[in-house]
Amino acid sequence: MRGNAFEARVKADGGTELMRLLHERMGAGSPPPVPGEVLVPDLSAAGPEGRVARTALALREATGADGSPGLWTLLVHPLVALDVAGSPAYLEPDAVVVGPDGRWTVVEIKSFPMIDSSADPAKVGAAARQAAVYVLALERIAARTTGARVDHSVLLVCPRDFSNLPTASVVDVRKQLSVTRRQLTRLTRIEDLAAELPEGTSFDLERCSQAELTAAVDSVTAAYAPECLAACELAFHCRGRARSAGAVEALGRGVRGELGGLTTVGAVLAAARGESAPGTADDDPTVVALRRAAALRAEALRSLPEGAVAGCR
Amino acid sequence: MSLISTLARLEAVESGRAQPLATVCHRRLSDRPLVFVPLTTAGEAGAPLGALVGTDRGSPRLLTVAQPRDRDLRFAFLAELAETLLPHLDAYADDVEPAERSETDPETGKRVKVEVELCVDAPQLIVPNRPGVDFVRLLGRSMRFRRTAEQDPDTPYPAPARVPLLGRWLTHYGERARVPGSSLLLAATDLLNRHWATGQSNLEDQHLGALLAWIDPPDGGSGRDAALRAETDRDGRGQLRCPPAGPATDPAFDNRLLAPAIDEYDRARQFLGAAEDGPGADEQLGRLTRAEREIRALLESQLRPTWDAVWRGLDLLRELPEGARVADRWTRDRWSFTGHRDRVRSGEPPQPRHDDAVTAAQKLASRETAQQQLEAQEALDDPLVLAGRRLAGEAFIGEVTEVVMAYSESKRPSPRPLVTLYSEDTPQLGERTKVYRSLDGKPQSAEFVGWEPDGGGTLVVRLTDRMGRGREPAEGSLPEKGDVIAWTLFEHDQRGGPKLPSTEETPWTHGGPPAVEGRGPGAVPLPEARTPADGTPSAPPLPLPDPVTEDDFL
Repeated sequence: MRGNAFEARVKADGGTELMRLLHERMGAGSPPPVPGEVLVPDLSAAGPEGRVARTALALREATGADGSPGLWTLLVHPLVALDVAGSPAYLEPDAVVVGPDGRWTVVEIKSFPMIDSSADPAKVGAAARQAAVYVLALERIAARTTGARVDHSVLLVCPRDFSNLPTASVVDVRKQLSVTRRQLTRLTRIEDLAAELPEGTSFDLERCSQAELTAAVDSVTAAYAPECLAACELAFHCRGRARSAGAVEALGRGVRGELGGLTTVGAVLAAARGESAPGTADDDPTVVALRRAAALRAEALRSLPEGAVAGCR
Repeated sequence: MSLISTLARLEAVESGRAQPLATVCHRRLSDRPLVFVPLTTAGEAGAPLGALVGTDRGSPRLLTVAQPRDRDLRFAFLAELAETLLPHLDAYADDVEPAERSETDPETGKRVKVEVELCVDAPQLIVPNRPGVDFVRLLGRSMRFRRTAEQDPDTPYPAPARVPLLGRWLTHYGERARVPGSSLLLAATDLLNRHWATGQSNLEDQHLGALLAWIDPPDGGSGRDAALRAETDRDGRGQLRCPPAGPATDPAFDNRLLAPAIDEYDRARQFLGAAEDGPGADEQLGRLTRAEREIRALLESQLRPTWDAVWRGLDLLRELPEGARVADRWTRDRWSFTGHRDRVRSGEPPQPRHDDAVTAAQKLASRETAQQQLEAQEALDDPLVLAGRRLAGEAFIGEVTEVVMAYSESKRPSPRPLVTLYSEDTPQLGERTKVYRSLDGKPQSAEFVGWEPDGGGTLVVRLTDRMGRGREPAEGSLPEKGDVIAWTLFEHDQRGGPKLPSTEETPWTHGGPPAVEGRGPGAVPLPEARTPADGTPSAPPLPLPDPVTEDDFL
C-alpha cells in the first residue's frame, strides 16, 4: 500500500532516480548511468522455478561475461532461491543493480522516513538483515558466473525527511551476512523437527478443531522470552505457559542469567527467604547474594512509616 | 537490572501486585503539568491524527485532523496545538527571580559573575510513554524549519504564524528529555517504572494500561489478571477496551473504524465541492459536519482512556514524598527553560539539524555528568536505592564506635580524626579508598585506613575535610559515638570534565570550524544550501526549509 506507492515512485521512469541515487552513493569510479539507457530486462516467467531461472539468466547476461560493453542493468523484483533447512525458499528483493564492472548490488526500498540522514535503528537493522539474506542467495548465482561479485553493502532507499522524495544510504551488511550464514548452517532440518512430533500432529487451521490445535501446539516445547511478543502471534500462549510454570525467563532473558541455577520464581523466593532449595547449596554465590539482597530490601522498607509506600495498599 | 530490583519483580509475580522500587518520588511533578496525549497516522512520518491536551484533567482539549493527508488540515491542527501549548509556556516565561551565573569574560578570559534572570518555575509536559517523547521530538523537527508567510512571502506552503516557534519549543523539550534526571518532559510509563517493579518484563512495562493494572488494579484484585485484561480484552466490535497509549493506534481501530470514517469524510467533501452553491449545499455541509464529528468521537474514544490513565499515574506518584535533592535537579530544568526562552527572545535561528562537533561533545559530557549525579542523588535520597548500592559494595552503613583525634603532619597541623565504624555491609574498600558522607547536605570525605584484625566488620576511616580552618574541628563536623552513618564510595557531586574548545577552534579531526553561518556544520550539504555568491552580508539567513512537494504523502 503506502510502501508499494513509494516503491513505484522510486522505480518510475525506468529507474532513473534509483540509478542516480545508486551512482551517487556507491558508484565511485564507474561511468554514470545514462537515463534511458539503463537495461531493465523483463523477468516474468511461469512459476517460481521459471522466474528463478529467468533471473539467473538475466544476471549472467547483464554481467557481460560474453564480452558485451558494460552497461548498467536494473532488475526489478528478481526472484532468487535459498536453501533453508533443507527446503528451498524463494526470495524477492525490491531490486538488484548490475554495474558496468560486474558488481551486483541489492537495493532495498522501505517506506519509513530518513530524517536528517538517520532513521529508526530498529527498522534499519531489520532491513539490513533482510537484505543480507538476498546477498547470500545472490552469492550462489555469482559463484557460477564469471566476472561477477556481490557487493556486501546494500543501498537502502527511504523517503527523505517529511516528504515523499527518495533518499538513499549505503548499509554495510557484512555482519548480518556472517550471522545469517552461521544460523543457516546450524538450522535443524525440517524432517528432523517433524520427526520429534507425535504421530498425526497437524497444525492445519482449516481441518483441525480448536482442541486438536491446542493439543498440537502444547506438544511443542517453546523457549519463550518477552522479545517474542513483538514477533510472534503465539507469544501470549507461550507467555501463559511460561508464567504458569513459574519460569523466570518470562521476566526477561537477563533475569535468567542473573539467577544462576535457580530457574523458577518459587525457587528464587524460597532461597531468598532462607529456605534451602533442593539442588542448590546454601553457600551457592547466587543464594548468598539473594539472601543479602532480600535482607537489605526488607531493612530499607522497614524504615518507612506504615502505609507510606503508595500503590501497595 | 540489579539483583535487588529483580527480587522486587519476583515478589511482584508472587503477590500479583507491583512492589515498590523507591520510597520517595525521584522526579519533580509540577502542580500544573500539561498532559499531552498524541496520536499519529499509521505509516506516515510526523502526520498527527489527533491529541488530547490540557492542564485540567476534567476538560482536556481535543484536537483532530479529519484527513491526515490534507496539508491545510494538518497545519490547522498544529496551529491549534500552538495556541494551546504556547500560552502555557509563556505563562512561566515572565515570572523570574534574579540569579547569578558565571561566564567567561570575552576580553580578559576570566570567570566573572553575571546577574541574570531565572524563571521561578518551568512548565512541565507529560506524555503517556516513550514513543510519545519521540513523537514530541518528531513534531518539533517537522515544524521548526517551516516558514510562515511573514518570514518568506515566496514559500509555497506557508505555515501558520506560531507553528515554527512551537517546533523550536518541542525540539527543546525533546532534547532535554534525554538528560538523565530532568523533569521538563516526562513519560508516564518511565515515571511509574522508576518507582514500582511489576511482575512482568521491561518490554511489557511499556504498556501504560498493563503497568497501571499491576500497580493499582481497578477492582483491588490481582494485578496480573488486570494487566492481561488491559492487554487483550476486546469489545463486541473487536476493539481493545484499553486502547494503546499511542502515538500509534491499534490496527483493528485503523481498519475497521477510522478508515471508513475518513472515507465518508472525503466523500462528503467531494460532494460539497460538487454542489457548490446549489440547492444541495446545505445538506452536504451537514453531512460533512457529521462525518467530522464522527471522526472526533472515534479519536476521543481512543485518547480518553490514556488521558485518564496518565492522570491516575500522576495521582499514584503524588502519594510519594518528593526526594530531598529533586529540587536541585529541577533548578537545572528551570535554567534550561530560561536559557531557551532567552535564545528565542534574542532572535536566534532554530536548533540546527545536526549539532556541530563541540556542541555534540558538550551535550554528551553533560548527560554523563547528569547520569552520575542522578545515581548518586537517588541513592542519598532513598534508602531503598541505597540498599542496591550497598549490595553492590558501593556504599555501606556503619555505626560509630569510637572517634580518636589525630592531626596531619604539616607545619600547621589540621585535624584528621580517626573514626572507627561497625558495619555489616561488605564495601569494596582498598587502601586509601575515598568514602563520602552527607553532612548538612554537603559531602564530607574520608579515606579508608583499614579493617580491624578481629574480622568482625569493624573498620577505621580518617576524616579529611569540612572541619573548619582551626586546629580544633568545627562544632558538629565530627560524628559521635552511636551515630549511624551512610557512607558512599562514589562522589556526591559531579565535576564537569575538561573544557572543550570553542566552536571556532573545532579541530580538523572533527570537521574543523563550521563554514556556513546560520546552519549547523556537518549538516547534509543540500544542493540548495549554498549561500548566494553575491557576497552581501545580511542578517543571519534562515535555515532552509525541508523540501516540499505538491503532495507530502506516500
